[in-house]
Amino acid sequence: MRFETAHHHTWRKIKSALACIIAFVSGVLVISPLGLVFFYLLIHGAGSVNWDFFTKLPAPVGAAGGGMANAIVGSLELLALAGVIGIPVGVLGGVYLAEYGSARINSVVRFMADILNGIPSITWGVVVYGLIVLRFKGFSAYAGGLALALIMIPLILRTTEEVILLVPNGYREASLALGVSRWKTIVHIVLKTASKGIITGILLALARVGGETAPLLFTAFGNRFWNYSLSQPIAALPIQIFTYAISPYDDWHRQAWAGALVLVTGVFFVNIMVRIVTRGRGASIV
Amino acid sequence: MAVAASIALGETSAQRRMARPSRLGDKAFEWLTLAMALTVVLLIILTGWQLWHGSMLAIKKFGFHFLTASTWDPVAEQFGALPFIYGTLVSSFLALLIAVPLSIATAAYLTELAPLWIRQPLVSLIEMLAAIPSVILGLWGIFVMIPWLRDYPVPWLKRLLGWTPFFSGAMYGPSMLAGGIIIAIMILPIITSISREILRSVPDLQREAAYALGATRWEVTRIAVLSYAKKGLFGATILGLGRALGETMAVTMVIGNTPQIVLSLFKPGYTLASVIANEFTEATTDIYLHALFAIGLVLFGITILVNLLAQLILRTITTKSATRAVQ
Repeated sequence: MRFETAHHHTWRKIKSALACIIAFVSGVLVISPLGLVFFYLLIHGAGSVNWDFFTKLPAPVGAAGGGMANAIVGSLELLALAGVIGIPVGVLGGVYLAEYGSARINSVVRFMADILNGIPSITWGVVVYGLIVLRFKGFSAYAGGLALALIMIPLILRTTEEVILLVPNGYREASLALGVSRWKTIVHIVLKTASKGIITGILLALARVGGETAPLLFTAFGNRFWNYSLSQPIAALPIQIFTYAISPYDDWHRQAWAGALVLVTGVFFVNIMVRIVTRGRGASIV
Repeated sequence: MAVAASIALGETSAQRRMARPSRLGDKAFEWLTLAMALTVVLLIILTGWQLWHGSMLAIKKFGFHFLTASTWDPVAEQFGALPFIYGTLVSSFLALLIAVPLSIATAAYLTELAPLWIRQPLVSLIEMLAAIPSVILGLWGIFVMIPWLRDYPVPWLKRLLGWTPFFSGAMYGPSMLAGGIIIAIMILPIITSISREILRSVPDLQREAAYALGATRWEVTRIAVLSYAKKGLFGATILGLGRALGETMAVTMVIGNTPQIVLSLFKPGYTLASVIANEFTEATTDIYLHALFAIGLVLFGITILVNLLAQLILRTITTKSATRAVQ
């Protein structure tokens, strides 16, 4: 009897250890795509990332070389447009939830924002196509920027709300007690205190939409040349990568890998910077 | 509050003049922020309306038959969404099959089993995985994953399970299997991070009680934590399903884009999102464009329902941290 219990106990310990190993292997499997993707990006892409890549227009089929200068600038322009629309809407909406909203309105808006976050990004491409491209009869940078902005709004709204809620009430009370009006208190005291967290949220949202392709396919459309007017089609790094990746030409595949390496570096840079800046603050990013 | 204070002090008219503009500013600012907050609600309504309006011709011509017809022939102007619905569901379920066990095991590892020093770096790496743009994963899928799949796991799968209809025939490259795996990679981070938040919200008393009864580490995890968090983990899975259904670029690049309904996972398929991505700019006739809008409407409808379900489940067990992860 005593032997049996001991045996049973050992078996349970072995089972526990096995479970730990399986869970560990799962963890390794989950992060392995990250390592694999980055490894192959370096192998295939690093050789083609050179001065030409950042300064030249795409080369025609068959001609070697060329770059993605127009796509890089185009992506930045689209992000700027998206920011101009998405940041004020998202931040002010977040201010409403944190500072004014009643419990009922807040729960509705939060719920909708979470639902919006789950809507496939290609939907925004279709919607903006219907709203802007069909109406104004042409693909344009404006349409692309709007599509990206629509993705940013719920993201920024939710992070802004959370960060503002972390600002201690004493700050507001002190300001109001000095006779400062409520909106000035919010703008000068609350938003200023929370600015680091809000900017973090904005940067993460920009990094997220900077890699979006689906909403740009039929709004910004892409362009093989420089864009001189925001009401014209514009190139973007993700679209260029997509077009090159599914093309049959080796030269273009190399360019796609290089573009992907540049894009991922940009996205990771923002993510890592944000993490370093906010590290050690735990949950509070104020 | 400001009004009450001014009355109590017996304000002069000069003071009131000074106070008035700022009260107006207060009202204006409140309305402005309210308007911005409500754009979120407006956006959902606008999207539904635009998709409905844009697919009018297709809805009028095909009606509900659009959902059940399996022909997609732009030349003959016959449009049915069934192959895409089938492809979306199969690739998403395949993705869940792969991603859910891995994610939940990883979440359990992160909250219960791992040494403390490993947890934060692992969480950061998973967040970085979530940051990889879909198009880049697709590029990697085309040139690295598909050739690897074809050379190693597929012959092995064929030998083992080739007698089932799911693994019959040859795999030439882009396929439902590749699509499912790519989607699995895309949804791993979100399911893991939400599951982790849910496991973290399990009260420590649960664990302490199990330890006090002499349970081993794994028994504590299984009996006291995982079974306690069952409902939340189900919510995390449904949310992952929502993301899987709408994944676009990476899937489009590896699934083969052939509107057909075949059981074999080695054969190419097509999803709702990829047909929009591929054919939208090629739609030359009105009915074709409207059919693609209708596909968008179907996708919108499905993802809204799935996300509603996920949010409702996650909200009933709500802890603030659990909903915070739902980004």
